[in-house]
Amino acid sequence: MSPRWEDLRDGRAVPPPPLVVGPVTRTDFVRYQGASGDMNPIHHDELFARAAGYDAPLAVGMFQAGVLATWATNWLGPENVRRTKVRWREQVWPGDVLTCTGKVVRAFEENGEHKVDLELLCTKQTGGIAVHGWMTFVVP
Amino acid sequence: MADKSSVGSEGVPFEVAIERGKIREFARATRSTHAAYMDGERPVAPPTFLTTQFFWEDGVEGANPWHLVKLDPQRGMHAEQEYVYFGPPPRAGAKLVARSRIESVYDKDGRRGGKLTFAVMVTEFRDASGTLVAEARLTGVETERPPEPAASKEAP
Repeated sequence: MSPRWEDLRDGRAVPPPPLVVGPVTRTDFVRYQGASGDMNPIHHDELFARAAGYDAPLAVGMFQAGVLATWATNWLGPENVRRTKVRWREQVWPGDVLTCTGKVVRAFEENGEHKVDLELLCTKQTGGIAVHGWMTFVVP
Repeated sequence: MADKSSVGSEGVPFEVAIERGKIREFARATRSTHAAYMDGERPVAPPTFLTTQFFWEDGVEGANPWHLVKLDPQRGMHAEQEYVYFGPPPRAGAKLVARSRIESVYDKDGRRGGKLTFAVMVTEFRDASGTLVAEARLTGVETERPPEPAASKEAP
């Protein structure tokens, strides 16, 4: 059940619990790579990743960005997305546990539509920030 | 070394077909089973789905101008990504026409010293009537030195 505009505007809407994903695996990375088409071997080829100076294949940044967006679309609806922006901070490695959450930072009207801006965070079990995100949704 | 003369370069237009099975695969890979992605003949595309533009773009000679930026593969990485939708996101069955251009290449001083070079590629997605449906903004960054391998320990 989607939250009402009045509750989002007045800060009464309670966001869903964080989306916790992991420990993430090489299989998660490969599955995302197949879905997205980014087949850079640094995300799945152990020998290639080590030759580049890493201990393991690192996650595709767009994988954790996509999971972060999933938390938000579960709440406010995929059809209502109007903007998504992500900035990557720390790398994600096999074994990391990702916690995705966010909050409404602005509720406004534009061109006769109700909209909300969200600020989102994907953090690791270390407390480090993997992805900082911003999204805009219309609220029908 | 990033090539600032790439700014303004534009690729040739390319088709991007939004497909139901691809949406389902992408949604599941990003841990979503939302009914809007799974049900019906024309599910909506997830917020970051247009990253699949490269499936289409890389198959068309002259479509992708990103290589003209010449970011060093050892020192380059994806820094930011943005998707703006000018109405509801596209649905399966949509046939979009996209075009990419290099918007800017600029330097900034890094927080830990050293110069950072940013490059931005914008891709516009239009429907059959020419209406702008979405815009993607890819920001890449190149550091002056390669990243520290010590920062790459696998989680326990």
